[in-house]
Amino acid sequence: MTILAIIFMIAGLFFFTTGTIGFLRFPDFYSRMHATGKGDTLGALLSLIGVALYHLHHGFSPGHLLVSIKLLFIAIFWFLASPTATHALLRSAFESDLMPWTKDNRPVIEWPPKEEEIK
Amino acid sequence: MIERFEDVIIQTLCRFLVPFMQIYALYVIAHGHSSPGGGFQGGCILAASFVLLVIAFDLKEAKRRMTEKLNTIFTSLGVFIYAGTGWVCLILGGNFLDYSKLSKILPVDSVHARYHGMLYIEIGVGIGVMACMISIFLNLVTRGRHEEALEDKDLWNT
Repeated sequence: MTILAIIFMIAGLFFFTTGTIGFLRFPDFYSRMHATGKGDTLGALLSLIGVALYHLHHGFSPGHLLVSIKLLFIAIFWFLASPTATHALLRSAFESDLMPWTKDNRPVIEWPPKEEEIK
Repeated sequence: MIERFEDVIIQTLCRFLVPFMQIYALYVIAHGHSSPGGGFQGGCILAASFVLLVIAFDLKEAKRRMTEKLNTIFTSLGVFIYAGTGWVCLILGGNFLDYSKLSKILPVDSVHARYHGMLYIEIGVGIGVMACMISIFLNLVTRGRHEEALEDKDLWNT
C-alpha cells in the first residue's frame, strides 16, 4: 500500500513539475494556461489519491477509511472545479481579444476574429 | 473592456457545486468546536457559494434566491442568536456567555451544556457572517446602487 502511494505521489509531483515548467517557459497566456490547467489538475488528483492510499497503511478501520474518503471527495471536486476555472479564464481572455502568440508576432488568421467566424 | 458573457459550462458546474459548498459549510459550522473551522469560516463558505452564483449567473438571479429583505433579517438573526445565548446565561445566574448555566434549561449536565452552548454560538455567528458577507459583496459589486445594477448591465463593466 505504501509503495502504491509513493508511486501515485511521485506521478503527481511529475505533473506538477511539468506544469510549473510550462508556466515559466511558455510565451503567452493561452499556452501557459494550457500547461498549468492540465498539469495541476492531474497532479493534484494523483497526489491526493496517493495521500488517501498512504493513510490506509494503518489499516482499514472506519476512522481511517473516512479520512481517505474525504480526501477522495477533495480530489473529485478539484477535478470538476479546476478545468472549469481554466475554461473561465481562457474564455474571458478570448472575449477580450487577447491574441495568441506567434513567432513573428503576426496573427495567423485575421485578429480579432469576426463573429460569424467564431460561430 | 470585457463584455459580460454567459457560459453554459460555468453555469452548469456552479449549479452543481453550490449545494455541495453549502453542505460543506454546514459541516464546518457543526464541527467548529471539535476540529478546525467554526462559525466564521462556515459563514464565509456559505457566502462564497452565493458569490459564485452572482459571478456565474447575474445579479437578478442571485437576488431572486436571496432577497435583500431576507438578507437583512438573517444579519440581525445571527446577532440575536449570539447575544440571546449570552443573555440567557446571564438570566440563569451566570456571567455573559457562561454556557455551563444552560444546564438548568437543557436536559444535560453542565459539561455537555458548554458543548451545546458553543454550538449555538457557532450557528449564530455563521448566519450573521454569511448575511454580512453577502451584503458587503453586493454593495461593493454594485457600488451601492442596487436598482441601477439590476436594470442595466453596463454598471458591471464600468
